[in-house]
Amino acid sequence: MDRIFERLSDIVGSDYVSNAAEERFIYSRDPGVQRPHEPDYVVLPNTTEEVQKIVLLANEEKIPVVPLGGGLVLSGLSIPLKGGIVLDMKRMNRIIEVNEKSHYAVVEAGTAMGMLSAYLAKHYPTLKNSLPDAPPVATVAGNVMIHGSGHLSQSEGGFHSEMVTGLEVVLPTGKVVKLGSCSTVPYWFSRAPLPDLAGLFLGWNGTTGIITKVGIKLYPRPLLNDGLMFLTEDVDTVPDIMFRIVNTEMCEDLTFFITPKPAMFEGFQMTIISITANSDKEMRLKKEIIRDTLKDYYESKEAGFVPIPKEMKAFLLEAPQKNLSAFADVRKGGGFEYVGAIIPVEKIPDAYRAGLEISARNGITYSLGGRMIGRGHSFMFYFAYPFNRADEDDMNRVRQALDDTNHAALKMGGIPWKAEVSGQQLILKQMWPATYEFMQEIRGLLDPNGIMNPGNWEVNP
Amino acid sequence: MNDLKFSPDVCAKCDTYDCLMKCQYMDFDLESAKEERWKLIRGEDTRILYDCVTCYACEEYCPYNNHPFYLIVERQEEKGIHPVPKPIEKSQIRAMAPRGEITPMKVHAPVINMCYFPMMLGTIRGKLFEGASAIVGSDIFCNLMYLHFARNSVIKERLPRMIENIQKNYLEPSGVKELICYHDECYGTYTSWAPAFDIKVPFKPIHLFEYLYNRLLELKTEIKPLNLKVAYQRPCSNRLSPEIDHFVDDIFSLIGVERVERKYDHENALCCGGVFEAQQKFDLMEQNQTRNVDDMKEHGATHCVFNCPFCFWTLSDLVSQKGMTPIMMSDLCHQALGE
Repeated sequence: MDRIFERLSDIVGSDYVSNAAEERFIYSRDPGVQRPHEPDYVVLPNTTEEVQKIVLLANEEKIPVVPLGGGLVLSGLSIPLKGGIVLDMKRMNRIIEVNEKSHYAVVEAGTAMGMLSAYLAKHYPTLKNSLPDAPPVATVAGNVMIHGSGHLSQSEGGFHSEMVTGLEVVLPTGKVVKLGSCSTVPYWFSRAPLPDLAGLFLGWNGTTGIITKVGIKLYPRPLLNDGLMFLTEDVDTVPDIMFRIVNTEMCEDLTFFITPKPAMFEGFQMTIISITANSDKEMRLKKEIIRDTLKDYYESKEAGFVPIPKEMKAFLLEAPQKNLSAFADVRKGGGFEYVGAIIPVEKIPDAYRAGLEISARNGITYSLGGRMIGRGHSFMFYFAYPFNRADEDDMNRVRQALDDTNHAALKMGGIPWKAEVSGQQLILKQMWPATYEFMQEIRGLLDPNGIMNPGNWEVNP
Repeated sequence: MNDLKFSPDVCAKCDTYDCLMKCQYMDFDLESAKEERWKLIRGEDTRILYDCVTCYACEEYCPYNNHPFYLIVERQEEKGIHPVPKPIEKSQIRAMAPRGEITPMKVHAPVINMCYFPMMLGTIRGKLFEGASAIVGSDIFCNLMYLHFARNSVIKERLPRMIENIQKNYLEPSGVKELICYHDECYGTYTSWAPAFDIKVPFKPIHLFEYLYNRLLELKTEIKPLNLKVAYQRPCSNRLSPEIDHFVDDIFSLIGVERVERKYDHENALCCGGVFEAQQKFDLMEQNQTRNVDDMKEHGATHCVFNCPFCFWTLSDLVSQKGMTPIMMSDLCHQALGE
């Protein structure tokens, strides 16, 4: 029997390691259009110690290790480009601690967003976590690692990586480190006031270590939620509208979407303003303040708040948004991929026009939209394109559209988020050279054998 | 073609000025009402065109059935006035456009016209609607809602096709002569708006309330009196057919329900506020809704009865928050039959 397979079996038990063709097939791909690469082994560890032993083995054998969370990233970040071990973290899904008064939770890396959310709703109904618009099986660790964002990103501090209060990480050499307050005291309340090392593992696509535990901020869960939809026909007004709404500090989440179907939405921009409150009085006041800030727009009759039936409102306010899953089947044959570019807020009109132009040029349909990150500090603009997985031409058109979109995003001053390898290369080509060199020096120090998710964040993979 | 049957002479000779003096949303004294009325007749700019909240009520107030509200809407459109922001108007016109998907279908009387409320089809059930056929969809939608958008032109363009769709695809091939209109808006379209614009209606429209009353009479022995005190939320489009209002009392009498005598009912009814929201008149919406629902509560209603689904969606939360039960008229009748 395969020597490495045997040693992996010794570490995690034979039920949790596989080199079977069907497992390798499944773990060779994600739901997007990136081309598959098979791993040699799939392993599901149960503890940090097991992760540590696997990493030591990988170093010894000099084989790649690719950590995997929910497997939903779409851009292929957990596809093992150079084979090796896919480390599926889903068994490590324990919610270790919730500190109610200090508003944080500590979870293992395989804990799904939905699990944490459900746990809080049951045991700590006054608290909630920020949820990305992904299926609930997306993991907390995977999401913070890719700089994800969610329905509290506007009101509560930006990217989910900015909500991290501490990490436990298995370094590529097998050393286990704790980062943040948990390194010094038994509490995971923040990364300050210590030297902040968490950034070495956030946004690196698993090339610098394996996150095994995450401390994540929690937030109050107000009793009521409601929403407003502001409809515009001139995209150039959107940055100002967003700016004004953000400055009221009255909304929880601020998103917008553009879609050619149904026809009632084509050519319009729909800004969705989610509001939470603890009383009807507070809700009314918040709505009034938000409406007042856009008074000159609606009095001009060129834009306005749309009355939304209750059922539609519930649909618009749900977190996470399920309609993206439905969008995946627009082309039948089920699939979609998107470039989520992080852009300056004032570039929303440019992104909108680029999205329309690229989808028209490539003969594909689209869904465009985005979310405000922080109090107007940046904007996650998504360019989503659906495809039929059984139609290679269709997938090629989408691949081309994604490439075009990456170029367009960089040209307008944005940066593709959780970019696929070709997108990463575009970013690196534009990056300040010394910064790229610094990144590689850090990787060399942390991962002398180059085992961690090789092929990512490299100019010449 | 399809010009409004409005008589300037009749209007000019009217000395009641009821259309303006009774308006609940614009303030006039006799002098200003006279002055603004002349401007309206002559097609001049008048504050009526900007301040009108499109509640339809002046159609009821006019003692001569001279269609003051339809005239206001004509003038608003002529002058390019948009009561609702333009993107919302455009979006709604697209949303409710006929899809051209209608196909002939055998129906049998009673045929219930559910307008464009497919989500309400579930109410066509039980003994009340035994043997009924229900028709619904964008291809039979009356389009009268565009009165709120100052777009008579959309109704003029679409309505003849809708009428033809109903007649040619459903009623005529099945030998049915009558159409039960679930929504006041449809009934008002066929009995008021269409004649006012000289559009022929080949079938006989019957208001839902008349149908319910007659059906309840047939089922009288099975009625279990509900012994409720209810407030009735009269919809804007019922202003086009005020002669129907007595059926509310007749139905309530049959099912053992008391219609509370409150301030904002009958001729003094208040708009649900949904249209005010579309018109971005948010303060008016909240004030109106609050005084309306408070009035229901103060007069001892335990239930608020609706016939318009849009009114129901707009007001039901507030009604519930005040401790009353929002309910559609058809569902109230189902309850009285123990269903």
